[in-house]
Amino acid sequence: MMTKQERIGEIVARHLGREGPLLPILHEVQHEFGCVDAEAEAAIALALNLSRADVHGVVSFYHDFLPSPDPRPVVQICRAEACKARGVERLITDATVAAGERVKIATVYCLGLCSAGPAARIGDTMHVRLDEGSIVKLVEAV
Amino acid sequence: MTPQTPIIVKISDDALARAAGADALAAAFAKKGHEVHRVSSWGMHWLEPLVEIDGKGYGPVTPDDVGAILDHALAPAGEEPADPDKPGIGERLLSALHLGHSAPSADTPEGERIWGEEIAAHPFIAGQVRLTFARAGKTRPLSLEDYAANEGWQGLTRARQIGPDAIVEEVLHSGLRGRGGAGFPAGIKWKTVLAIPGAKKYIVCNADEGDSGTFADRMAMEGDPFQLIEGMAIAGEAVGADQGYIYVRSEYPDAIAKLNAALALCADIIAPFKCEVRVGAGAYVCGEETSLLNSLEGRRPEVRAKPPLPAIHGLFGRPTVVNNVLTLMAVPHILAEGGAAGYQGHGLGRSKGTMPIQLAGNIKHGGLYEIGFGVTLRELVYDIGGGTYSGRPVKAVQVGGPLGAYIHPDQFDIKFDYEEYTAADALIGHGGLTVFDDTTDMLEMARFAMEFCSVESCGKCTPCRIGSVRGVEVLERIRNGGRKRDAFELMPQIHNAPRNAGRDQGDEIGLLTDLCETMKFGSLCALGGFTPYPVMSALRWWPEDFTREPGAVEAALDKVEG
Repeated sequence: MMTKQERIGEIVARHLGREGPLLPILHEVQHEFGCVDAEAEAAIALALNLSRADVHGVVSFYHDFLPSPDPRPVVQICRAEACKARGVERLITDATVAAGERVKIATVYCLGLCSAGPAARIGDTMHVRLDEGSIVKLVEAV
Repeated sequence: MTPQTPIIVKISDDALARAAGADALAAAFAKKGHEVHRVSSWGMHWLEPLVEIDGKGYGPVTPDDVGAILDHALAPAGEEPADPDKPGIGERLLSALHLGHSAPSADTPEGERIWGEEIAAHPFIAGQVRLTFARAGKTRPLSLEDYAANEGWQGLTRARQIGPDAIVEEVLHSGLRGRGGAGFPAGIKWKTVLAIPGAKKYIVCNADEGDSGTFADRMAMEGDPFQLIEGMAIAGEAVGADQGYIYVRSEYPDAIAKLNAALALCADIIAPFKCEVRVGAGAYVCGEETSLLNSLEGRRPEVRAKPPLPAIHGLFGRPTVVNNVLTLMAVPHILAEGGAAGYQGHGLGRSKGTMPIQLAGNIKHGGLYEIGFGVTLRELVYDIGGGTYSGRPVKAVQVGGPLGAYIHPDQFDIKFDYEEYTAADALIGHGGLTVFDDTTDMLEMARFAMEFCSVESCGKCTPCRIGSVRGVEVLERIRNGGRKRDAFELMPQIHNAPRNAGRDQGDEIGLLTDLCETMKFGSLCALGGFTPYPVMSALRWWPEDFTREPGAVEAALDKVEG
């Protein structure tokens, strides 16, 4: 069993030859550990010869990288203009109630499905034309 | 049942079609022994999932319809059975009377389903000029065979014959302007990069399409990835760059997968040009080119001050062409024999060529509509889009994403053209149209524009970082009728606080217009600089949503414009 340090070292080594390796490394670390925490930041900084502040500055900028893992399944609901125009705001309360403590409801700005909203994403699966009933079903099934 | 002859069934594998259930549909046809081709999407999104057999379309349909579709498609001409789900007018009236079916169901607006009609002859398709999306609906996105059989690689082949100067000349001649929003002539950008000496140059494709109401980049990347790669290879040929990066947002997993697969398939064709996909991480501002370059380099993606221009000092300090997906997608057509002159023949004034316009939001016929510049908003919203999906009157149309102005129905004669939109204090942006019906509260939309800016601001410049937060607060105070002096301000020790009743709605509106002026002219990039467009257009055209005080909005507007 590899330690987290070793695993991160392996990820970094794989990307080291690329131009601008930090972003691909962060994606892989986030994917593997469900977060990019302080420990990971320090390990990446050491491997890339950057300061921890540099790495933290990048990590904290993006919405996709989390500082600590969240074990809950995530339902991302688009609440940008086009989905608002198609009534997504009416679904949020029902979705939040259905989610309770078990599921995380996250806001995303645009999934590019703007002609068939309200839209949601679970993992890499997209859902369109949601209404009060279907969003609750979606949240309950996740 | 007699065994049926296997036929070719075309079903899109676009993310929207898949989200609407295309995968299950494809599986159902495959189970019956038919050959299913997963093609790109025609862009008629209200009909997805759409099944095409022998040029005839059926959509939107579910796996339950498979039998009926096959019966219809295999029947001899003139003897096709009717759509089982589409009762005659009499029956429809009866069922509406008896069952109270007044509203159309969410998935299939009554009468909007097509059943066995010729897709290419559908008015939505027949009215378009498809140059960038010429293959949409027709080819399999990852089939090199389909691509080559449909004019693929012709632009690149010819570009390699004519050489850098002639390529740049043709792009200049075509009149192609950056489709990302700014509308800067692509040829001039290329010419600049070509003229700068340097062993290492880059082509960067901006595929961080974060604007709500836009999806042409996504459709292009998922539907015709080779065309984008060809466009980038031509750009590389033109300016002397051998490395390209496609920066795709993480919200588009299907596009990322398709591009990676396509790059692996065509590596030998585009060599010595190399290209790689880089994935964003959920930051809207990375769609701004300098922020995108910082993100690619692995820095904190704050916006860079310009100059130096990315064309001169771009990725890793090297000369870099940064173009939007649609700009690069237009290039293979332009470089093909006679393409530049043909492209230049479409459009209006200085806006040449075609624009893939995206119809989104509360619209009946949502989807992708590519046409020459010059089409009016009225045609787009009513004639082509069919009005609102909810059936209510149109209240506003936001053109150009979250930073675009809200356009009032009184302005609908405006022609799709960069200059005409700029003159109307609006922008074309990436060509997305989001339609809103009369239930929309424009003050809330203005507040959301500010909120969006505050969430997505990179934080580098003050007008955007702090102005957007203050903007949300001011708009909330306008909604609440102004602001009273608080206990602290009224303390005798606070000598310089005014002792009046506070600010009324009119004062707050004045503050908002002032703030918008500051953001517009003081921000470093378009995020802070353009957020005032939706806010001010909402205020100007729908003052009744902001205040009941007559004249308050006019007074504030006079002051800034005076």
